[in-house]
Amino acid sequence: MIPLSAYVAVSAVLFATGLLGVLIRRNFIIVLMSVEIMLNAATINLVAFSHYLDSMQGQIVALFIIAIAAGEAAIGLAIIIVVFRGKISTNVDEMNLLKW
Amino acid sequence: MAFVFFAYFAVVSIVAGILTVSLKHPVQCGLALLALLLHVSGLFIMLNAEFLWAVQVIVYAGAILVLYLFVLMLLNLKTDDRYFHAKTPYLLAPAAIGLLYLLFLLVRSPFSGAKGDASTAAILQNGDAHAIGIKMFSEYLLQFEIIGVFLTGAIVGAIVLAKAPKSIQTRRDV
Repeated sequence: MIPLSAYVAVSAVLFATGLLGVLIRRNFIIVLMSVEIMLNAATINLVAFSHYLDSMQGQIVALFIIAIAAGEAAIGLAIIIVVFRGKISTNVDEMNLLKW
Repeated sequence: MAFVFFAYFAVVSIVAGILTVSLKHPVQCGLALLALLLHVSGLFIMLNAEFLWAVQVIVYAGAILVLYLFVLMLLNLKTDDRYFHAKTPYLLAPAAIGLLYLLFLLVRSPFSGAKGDASTAAILQNGDAHAIGIKMFSEYLLQFEIIGVFLTGAIVGAIVLAKAPKSIQTRRDV
């Protein structure tokens, strides 16, 4: 029997990896991929608790997370296309038009 | 036996996550993300969540990742030699210390709580999809409808954003 804390530890490591990716990568598409890693880590956590506490709620929230990830990917990639069309680089540290 | 599978899925998903963050070429990052998603779906199987496994493979690996790769190949981005942010070295040490502290706290916690009514035996009686469906369309119907409205808004927003702005240009010329 695998303890619950093993799943939680895997999820924490994945979440930290994704957070680090959001912070250190320059390419906007990779930043979005790192957000997907973080969402997956949260999903593992929810499903693990759902299994170990004999409850269905975690799996339902995990389904909602997957739906929200789909919406986020669509909107984020549309924004990338708009930014790229304006001949601005897709590196996040060079997109500074909204900075004051 | 279960431990071997768990170790395999856990180690490969963590390694794939690190590769996604650290590889240089965006398409290679996308393929590493694909490996991560498939191995996370393996973890779902180990947690008796077969329906989520199917949704993860079909929606995440099948739809979202293809969208990413499609945009990557459509834009044909050139990767700069410096693909990490300038402040990366200052972030790594605090991140490692914070992660170690978090892991220390997590492994020590007992994690107990009130047990629900969906035990493994009860789920296996009719299958995972049946259990999720009964729950979602009784107690979580409002949230389900909200997700539907959210996805409609997302697709409308994506189309509006990505539409070629040529029509605006011609209207201004006339």
